[in-house]
Amino acid sequence: MIVPIVFMAICAIGFYYSGLTFDFIFDEMFFRLSRNLVLVASLIIPVISGLGLNFGIVIGAMAGQIGLLFIINYGIGGMTGIVVAMIVSIPFAILFGYLVGLVLNRAKGKEMITSMILGFFANGIYQLVFIILVGRIIPFSNKSMMVNSGQGLKNTIDLLSIRKAFDNFIFGGMTRLPIAPLIFSGIIFLFIFLFFKTKLGQDMRAIGQNMQIASVAGIDVDKTRIKAIVISTVLAAWGQIIYLQNLGTFNTYTNHEQVGLFSVAALLIGGASVEKATWKEAVIGTLLFHLLFIVSPLAGQNLMGDAQIGEYFRVFVAYGVIGFALILHAMEKRNQIEKMDRLNFEDNKAAN
Amino acid sequence: MALLQLKDIGKKYSGNQVLEGVSLELNPGEIHGLVGENGAGKSTLMNILFGMPVIHSTGGYEGEMFLDGEVYNPKTPMEAMNLGIGMVHQEFMLIPGFTVVENIKLNRENTRSTVVSKVFGKKLEVLDKKQMVEDAKDALNKLNLDLDYNLPVKGLPVGYMQFIEIAREIDKSNLKVLILDEPTAVLTESEAEQFLEVIKRLSNLGIAILFITHRLDEIKSVTDHITILRDGKLIKSVKTEDITTIEIAGLMVGRDFDITASSIRKFDDDSEIALKIEELYVNMPGEAIKGINLDIRKGEILGIGGLAGQGKLGIANGIIGLYPTRGKIYKDGKELPLNNPREVLEHEIAFLSEDRKEVGLLLDEPIDFNIAYTSIEIKEDFIKKLGPLKIVDKIKVRDHSLDMIKKLDIRCKDQKQHTRYLSGGNQQKVCIARALTFNPDILMVSEPTRGIDIGAKNLVLDTLLELNKKYNMTIIITSSELAELKQVSDRIAIITEGKIQTILPADADDRLFGLAMSGEDIKEVIN
Amino acid sequence: MEIIKNLYKKIGFPRLIITVFLIMFLISAVGLGLSLPDLLTDIINRFGMNAIMVLAMVPTIQAGTGINLNLALGVIFGLIGALVSMEMGLQGWNSMIVAFSIAIPLAIIAGYLYGLLMNRIKGQEMTVGNYFGFSIVSLMCIFWLIAPFKNESLVWAMGGKGLRVTLTLEDSFGSLLNDFLAFKIAGVKIPTGLLLFFAICAGLVYLFTNTKTGTALRVSGSGEKFAVSNGLNVDKYRILSVIISTVLAAIGIIIYSQAFGFLQLYNAPLYVSMPAAASILIGGATLKKATITHVIIGTFLFQGLLVVALPVINIVSEGSMAEIIRITISNGIILYALTRKAGDTA
Repeated sequence: MIVPIVFMAICAIGFYYSGLTFDFIFDEMFFRLSRNLVLVASLIIPVISGLGLNFGIVIGAMAGQIGLLFIINYGIGGMTGIVVAMIVSIPFAILFGYLVGLVLNRAKGKEMITSMILGFFANGIYQLVFIILVGRIIPFSNKSMMVNSGQGLKNTIDLLSIRKAFDNFIFGGMTRLPIAPLIFSGIIFLFIFLFFKTKLGQDMRAIGQNMQIASVAGIDVDKTRIKAIVISTVLAAWGQIIYLQNLGTFNTYTNHEQVGLFSVAALLIGGASVEKATWKEAVIGTLLFHLLFIVSPLAGQNLMGDAQIGEYFRVFVAYGVIGFALILHAMEKRNQIEKMDRLNFEDNKAAN
Repeated sequence: MALLQLKDIGKKYSGNQVLEGVSLELNPGEIHGLVGENGAGKSTLMNILFGMPVIHSTGGYEGEMFLDGEVYNPKTPMEAMNLGIGMVHQEFMLIPGFTVVENIKLNRENTRSTVVSKVFGKKLEVLDKKQMVEDAKDALNKLNLDLDYNLPVKGLPVGYMQFIEIAREIDKSNLKVLILDEPTAVLTESEAEQFLEVIKRLSNLGIAILFITHRLDEIKSVTDHITILRDGKLIKSVKTEDITTIEIAGLMVGRDFDITASSIRKFDDDSEIALKIEELYVNMPGEAIKGINLDIRKGEILGIGGLAGQGKLGIANGIIGLYPTRGKIYKDGKELPLNNPREVLEHEIAFLSEDRKEVGLLLDEPIDFNIAYTSIEIKEDFIKKLGPLKIVDKIKVRDHSLDMIKKLDIRCKDQKQHTRYLSGGNQQKVCIARALTFNPDILMVSEPTRGIDIGAKNLVLDTLLELNKKYNMTIIITSSELAELKQVSDRIAIITEGKIQTILPADADDRLFGLAMSGEDIKEVIN
Repeated sequence: MEIIKNLYKKIGFPRLIITVFLIMFLISAVGLGLSLPDLLTDIINRFGMNAIMVLAMVPTIQAGTGINLNLALGVIFGLIGALVSMEMGLQGWNSMIVAFSIAIPLAIIAGYLYGLLMNRIKGQEMTVGNYFGFSIVSLMCIFWLIAPFKNESLVWAMGGKGLRVTLTLEDSFGSLLNDFLAFKIAGVKIPTGLLLFFAICAGLVYLFTNTKTGTALRVSGSGEKFAVSNGLNVDKYRILSVIISTVLAAIGIIIYSQAFGFLQLYNAPLYVSMPAAASILIGGATLKKATITHVIIGTFLFQGLLVVALPVINIVSEGSMAEIIRITISNGIILYALTRKAGDTA
């Protein structure tokens, strides 16, 4: 519980020095929560299944972007466009998730570093595909998406046709706040909650606690782990679509890169660990992390006379909090082993 | 008709017959005891019964089994379970963070179908928590056990964990045969008593129980029938009331051949003490030593025996300092520091571990390096100086190793081959070559012949004898094979429950050893 | 058939692929009218620039702490060493020697502290190392902004605050080693000083691995239990390996910068570890085993591929292909190593 409290304090100080009004912060946080929660939520299932923090959601984000490219190419806009993008992203996300799962099953005990490197690797492949193959092998009918030579996608693609379509869905007439995505995030959290009440969810909890015992009990560990990653990847794809419809523009080659980093950092700031995560931690973490994002450059400007310092500070926080959480996790694991040894020894003494 | 019938069961592991012609019958409600030394074939028999993959991946088994008159040939533990065979393993198969209920119902959860599961398959059915609690309660009641089933198991006493495992087995509605592998090994005395009560209740429910244990008094008091295995063969199968504990002990360890125990030496009480151990405690998981006193004479070969899990391995591991240790150790009257392998090595005491692959060898380094390393590090042999630098002299290392390879007949491509690719026997020879190179005053070897073939076995034992005679090296040999200890030792200490049960001359009666291993007080039994 | 199989086994899949690619690119480069001597000059130069950074992977792999994904730590102290010598306005050899003599002691201290951390998180060295490195780099970004450097060539001329992003080394030790005893043969420029310096470093590391201490370090990594039972203090050797690696990284960045001609601050050290890790793995190292030979082969193949592929691809395609290829190859090879079972060679 100490981590969120510390960050709450940092945010409070930052808020004080940023000079921002509460109203502004409230609005801003509303938007940021609505567009980031699904991405953060996509991390929960792998954590509970013992796969640690799935940096591979970057690959899910790519699947989401493929869905978006599809609707833009065919000019499907509005809420219909978003739904179509989500549907199109599903098969890609399942395929990618399956592949990620296969790789992670070969790297048991090193899942986090592997999923991270996998994200970098997939990023290379993604760029190769959309720079070289588009226009040559993969046909795009919408020429405005491509660079002038007709080969490769542009660096930035306009998402005007779906911009804020989900944000304003149903509730658009009543308020400018994005109610629909927030409700959707709530549904996703509810889905995760209910999911762990099913047989498959129970299997995931079991392998998350002890793979070997679960396997002896007859649970197919490898298959269950792959399913966990597949679900995570699909959720990440949808999360990325929601995120981008709010932004309204789409940086073809860079938007997905930071998804893993920021989502993981947010979850950890909320007090989650490598082995435990709930919806509460996801919400609190997303709130605090993005609050820090808003206030730190201004606080840096007002305190040190340089906004750049605040910018760097928040990047440091993102990396630092992950590094710190990983160190704590690794040390705890070692301590547990040592403590068990000590306890046994005490028992021996007591027995005599 | 018998519930479970085994006919002429045999098993070979890569040409090695580990089980041969074992026939058994088990009736409903019968408690059947199975005894034997380590390596007698008990676990192999259990693995066959429970359909463990290791059996089928190594060519299956010989003979036939019948369950309720039908041919029974399980290919997987799952299949065995479905047919009504349950097994409680030695290690607990419980998930610590799960509640008692969740553990009892692990992977057999009751579920209810929902709209979602009808579309996406059974895996998405919702857990029926209420029914799970009911079932778990039922199972616990059968065991006459009263505990809060909503607690996670990680906080519960060890004894309860055993009961939860059994509850899990009983909960399988069709349970016919329950296999218990050394179930009382981890229990306290009162827990063990309660446990035996539970077993009797189960047998009253009509469940047949196959009970493996090394505690002969337990087996005597609770079973209806006893089967004794030795060296993979069935020695005797008899009604419990028709046999005495002493007889069981004798049958368990007895050999058909005489041991050439001609070379046994007796050491006077005033002969020089090489190693003196006082109140030694060693916290080696699974092999803990709980306070022993021992004098080892100079030039003696001391055997240390006992059943697995009793602590015999803890002694050497504790002396060298690989596990947390308390107490006092003196070499030639000088006190040795504890938990400091380097100092112990510098005092000319070497150790060849039972764990050859992890502790005994560097599997991904060449043979010559493995042979020379201890001497390089501790004695700075094979080192040439280059200014302030101490460079390892690879040529000397190679030449010395070629000598050793010849001397010990290590079968390898060349001295640069990595030890990973050697057979077990040759790996052990590399370890011995390292000890030989280091040439200590006291050599401790643990399980020197485990997993190696007969030819290499004799060579290893002969080399130990030679080291003892030629260099007057004091040797402490720890082994699960009594025959081997009798072959080389002067005295044999039997360890039970972390303490020295007794020390016997190597030529003592087999029955005495058998009783001692089972934790019986020899004097009491003889009187 | 048997011979081919054995040869294939010895070379290994990744090296085979990379070598085939390298040859293919070389042929097409010449076919496209690129100058072969220029390409070779480039390959040799980049080899010398990067090889010490790859060498820094050797001690940690040998001691069992795995690939050091926190080379950034050493790099930062290398940069500080260089900055101080520039601040003092030193030139030529003096500036380089001062840079080293400031960077190395700092790297030793940092390496020691980081080694202590590594011993407390055994088993998670790579994951932690990676994020520790990222954190340090982003923390140092703030430092570069507020560091008390005054020399005009270091800080922004006006308006801005803090150190510049890229600093020219023209006035201090830029291309000092590259030009030392350099000569041309068949149109290929050989940067003798650069290669010599690497040879010295590699020789020292090689000598060290053959000393009693170096041997003990290797034993600690290849079998922890074996090491303990032979009286070794494994933790001590792990720390030592991290110190050596960090020092080599500090030296490595100074050498890299002098060849490059510029010092790169801020986010530049973020990704120094990945290409170095990929290089040594391509060279045949595994997560548990590494030698100088692996360093030389790996650096040559990896840099060679980048140098040759860049102009070729840029002719047939466009955009930042070189960067993409670098990312894909280096991460692909690390991934390959991560998913191998113990005992297999990469």
